[in-house]
Amino acid sequence: MTIEQQDFYTQTILSLAALVGLTSFLMLGQGRLLRLIFVFAVQGLLLTLTTALAAYSLNNPHLYISAVLNLVLKVIFIPWMLRREVIQMNTHRDIEALNNNTMVMLGGASLMVFSYYVLHPIVQTTSPVMLNALALSLSVVLLGMLLMISHRQAVAHVVGFMSIENGLFFAAIVATKGMPMVVELGVAFDVLVAAVLFGIFFFHIRTSIDSLDVDLLNKLHEVDK
Amino acid sequence: MNWLIAVIQTSLFAALAPLLAGWIKWCKCRLQNRKAPSLFQPYRDLIKLTNKQPVVAEQASWLFTIAPYIVFSATVLAASIVPLIAVDLPTSASADVIVMVGFFAFARFFLALAGLDIGTAFGGMGSSREMTISSLAEPAMLMAIFTLTMTASTTNLSVAISHVLNDGLVLRPSFVFALFALIIVAIAETGRVPVDNPATHLELTMIHEAMILEYSGRHLALIEWASQLKLMLYGVLIANIFFPWGIAETFSAKALGYGLLAIFGKLTVLAILLAVSETLLAKMRLFRVQEYLGFAYLLGVLGLLSYIILEASR
Repeated sequence: MTIEQQDFYTQTILSLAALVGLTSFLMLGQGRLLRLIFVFAVQGLLLTLTTALAAYSLNNPHLYISAVLNLVLKVIFIPWMLRREVIQMNTHRDIEALNNNTMVMLGGASLMVFSYYVLHPIVQTTSPVMLNALALSLSVVLLGMLLMISHRQAVAHVVGFMSIENGLFFAAIVATKGMPMVVELGVAFDVLVAAVLFGIFFFHIRTSIDSLDVDLLNKLHEVDK
Repeated sequence: MNWLIAVIQTSLFAALAPLLAGWIKWCKCRLQNRKAPSLFQPYRDLIKLTNKQPVVAEQASWLFTIAPYIVFSATVLAASIVPLIAVDLPTSASADVIVMVGFFAFARFFLALAGLDIGTAFGGMGSSREMTISSLAEPAMLMAIFTLTMTASTTNLSVAISHVLNDGLVLRPSFVFALFALIIVAIAETGRVPVDNPATHLELTMIHEAMILEYSGRHLALIEWASQLKLMLYGVLIANIFFPWGIAETFSAKALGYGLLAIFGKLTVLAILLAVSETLLAKMRLFRVQEYLGFAYLLGVLGLLSYIILEASR
């Protein structure tokens, strides 16, 4: 089934999926924390759009609540909180020297191929749209992990973690046509609590090693590497 | 008749290119709170340069004098391949998009040789930088264009554009990637901020300007005109591949008029976007350009991938 034969909803979902994947890549290559947080907020906005679209086209009003929650939490509150923390800790002028940026990006591209490869058997049992959306969300999850591995700042790790959650959320919206409300509320508050806890951890890491660069944690080793 | 329209289209390309450059400059000046020169200033500059006597260095070989003509004619030939106001013209049927990239490479080769020819330090530096950047930009550009050609299953631009046009409004994920990749490549190839600054004559940062530093008079006019043409070419490519609506499919006067209006509108918007991005961004260090173009290549690959995975029939 080619894309011209799909309905408009499917085309839009696929394009949004592609854009979500793109924002993941943008985050992966971003050395500045404030810009990283901004791209994260954009990804949240794309998710909100997807949710609202799903709510509209599946005629499923409780997804609107989920979209609003998403908008408030992931587009406004968490980016705002992270931004404030970054500015408070005076790390917003730092440019993280990403070692091997190009390698990381190409690694990201191969992760994307890998996630399609892994999910390809599913195509026998489901629609191609589902496969694509699932594969893209899996690759967003994997890219979030890669982001956490390749960046050294604790704030970037948190953003990577949150974008993993974004990937799962996207899969849930597209694949299940909306989870039960209880689950969504639970997840949303978990994310909120996680964000607050991370904020506290930032201060702890900072007071103990005087930086948010987690590579410095290696200094706690007895043996120097 | 078709050939006549093709010739008219190509001359429109050449005639409108300085206007586009003037419009971009106007937008940039307004955005930066400066008083803008007239929209027709690039034309006046070109005329002034043409009337001046060119000064050629003693050491210059024939290559130096012939290069501007080659660069300009190769760019005009490339422009004749790209559909501006109408598709299905004989010129665009005779050559495909790879030929267009070839023309660009040809022009760049001679410009780089001319930069080396005089033997000044700046010329050589500019040439080596230009070749470095283009060797990274070209694959990325081809990747972005291949995404289009795979969708239309042809490398002919005009056929591909009418294919996109006939499909109506289809949201293609692969085109999103290809669009971004092509925009990034276009900025690098036409020497705009953040890769190169067209307005600078600061020694250590210039790329394109360093190569043409020794040119004057009508030679300089031709090269300037060619680079304005190239900028417009990329603009038209982006506008007509990804937003082909409005382009004329028949050769009636009405359709052609609409085609002209449509491309005017699209280029106006694109130029405003370019001016805004040039005002917001600062020029990046030369050694960061490979990261930037690597990103464009990545986007191109992702475009191809998402075509194969998301869109191809299975």
